[in-house]
Amino acid sequence: MAEDIVLDVRDLRMRYGRNDVLNGLSFAARRGEVLALLGPNGAGKTTTIEILEGFRMRSAGQVSVLGADPALAGEAWRARIGVVLQSWRDHARWRVRELLEHVGAYYAPYPVPGLPRPWDTDELIAVVGLAEHAGRKVRRLSGGQRRRLDVAIGIVGRPEVLFLDEPTAGFDPEARREFHDLVHRLADRDEATILLTTHDLDEAEKLADRILVLVGGRIIADGSADELSRRMSTEAEVRWSRDGQRFVHSAQEPTRFVRDLFRQYGESVEDLEVRRASLEDTYMALVRQAESGQERGADAAAARRLSVVTG
Amino acid sequence: MNASLAATRLGCRRGWIEFKQTLTNADSLVPTVIMTAAFLGVMLLTRTTTVPGTHFSLGTTMLTSVLGMSIGVNGLTSMGGLLAAEREDGTLLRAKAIPQGMTGYLVGKIVTVSLTTLIGVAGTLILGLVLFSGLAVGSATAWLTLVWVLALGLVATLPIGAILGSLFPSARSSGLMTLAVGGIVAISGVFYPITHLPHWLQWAGQVFPFYWLGLGMRSALLPTSLVAVEIGHSWRHLATFGVLAGWAVIGLAVAPWLLRRMARRESGSSVAARHEKAMLRVR
Repeated sequence: MAEDIVLDVRDLRMRYGRNDVLNGLSFAARRGEVLALLGPNGAGKTTTIEILEGFRMRSAGQVSVLGADPALAGEAWRARIGVVLQSWRDHARWRVRELLEHVGAYYAPYPVPGLPRPWDTDELIAVVGLAEHAGRKVRRLSGGQRRRLDVAIGIVGRPEVLFLDEPTAGFDPEARREFHDLVHRLADRDEATILLTTHDLDEAEKLADRILVLVGGRIIADGSADELSRRMSTEAEVRWSRDGQRFVHSAQEPTRFVRDLFRQYGESVEDLEVRRASLEDTYMALVRQAESGQERGADAAAARRLSVVTG
Repeated sequence: MNASLAATRLGCRRGWIEFKQTLTNADSLVPTVIMTAAFLGVMLLTRTTTVPGTHFSLGTTMLTSVLGMSIGVNGLTSMGGLLAAEREDGTLLRAKAIPQGMTGYLVGKIVTVSLTTLIGVAGTLILGLVLFSGLAVGSATAWLTLVWVLALGLVATLPIGAILGSLFPSARSSGLMTLAVGGIVAISGVFYPITHLPHWLQWAGQVFPFYWLGLGMRSALLPTSLVAVEIGHSWRHLATFGVLAGWAVIGLAVAPWLLRRMARRESGSSVAARHEKAMLRVR
């Protein structure tokens, strides 16, 4: 349904001087969908997210976030957007609770039926796991705690769209898992649409309904983690043992290979394992393919031919 | 409209919170205390020296001039320095990410800087009344003059400070601003009557608000006889009002436009890039 589309980006381009940073991105996201922008450094992830946040002008293309152009949208639109940027060292002298309460108050004039704004300060502090540090000065927080506060500030207005730029940088594994739970909660319970950038594959796989792989300012793949690895992996690894001897075989069509294997050896086939390429293998292959395409000086058409864009 | 009114109220609260932080924070308090102590020291040393051509204490005269100057210097350098520093650490970008956040931020800054200026003036004045003799604070006109010079001084210098703050690329380079202000103060007749400077420097000094703020405070707090050492043997209230109002008009006309331009240019990557640059310098 068209009214369910919250993010709509068409042929987005960004150029600095003679340098093309974004070469015609197109993607969309529905309400409650979690999208991960995955890609190596310099791929254009941050530029893309900043254009969607309304913090940066684009060179060309159409962008719609909650039905408005971020470059022109006003304060009422701003109240529906949550932003967590990469590095923040602001408000060092403020106390955690004081700051969250203050920032939250700006959202009070923008209520939505069924969505009380802002988030209750104490509840939010508990949700991001900062209850013990509520009275602490921001500069006394550790890196991970500071990042949780950034996330809390990003969601204090109960955003309908949330942008997260490398949200879990500096998190320990436990904090990371708690953060993942929080993202799922926001997307499932509050139906927030979430766009996050990461270069952590594992994170993209765990969090995102859909992964966009961005390389050299182009989306070279768009799909769920499963779809991506299925689409890319032409080969699977088949392992088995027979009469105490172990075998490994790479098969283009593993199903047929295994069928033949059983036909030939029947019950003597044991310890069968069929392994598809992991998302990491897929991702590395995609990036390598795209980058080598660019190095060869391939023009836009050739790069598109090499890529596996289907969406 | 409702939301921007709410943001203005939030800005006031923000200003109050940050003002309290300034008072309880050693980093911001120590330099102020040291500066004030140094000025007071110089004034005390010159307490028995007389203003040339009078029998009046040079120290007391200096106290009133410093009072006026501090309004301008605070308005300019605090506002400018804070804006430059908070652009660098991401405070401004944060404000931009919040609905009506920029309004709240700016109102907050104006409130904080005004309150710190006020408390500085009050503190110096109280110390002056205890330590120095000859201040003419007995009349209502004295206080009235003090109040309008103070208020107009803030309106004249805060927007200019905001303009400078939005022009300087980093908190470090905003140190240059403090240096330049120091130079201008030197020719503003704060520490010695301006009439003793070469003619062209007198003219240069009178372009800037510091001279007029000093003159205004002298006119409020010194005995009438001291008017004899001023230019034209007059307190020149009309000219004081004119020059300060002129600065206010220029500032208020240009500042919103420049601030909007600055805000528009803020983004996560520009904050990150500046941070990286600053870190390189540290290493």
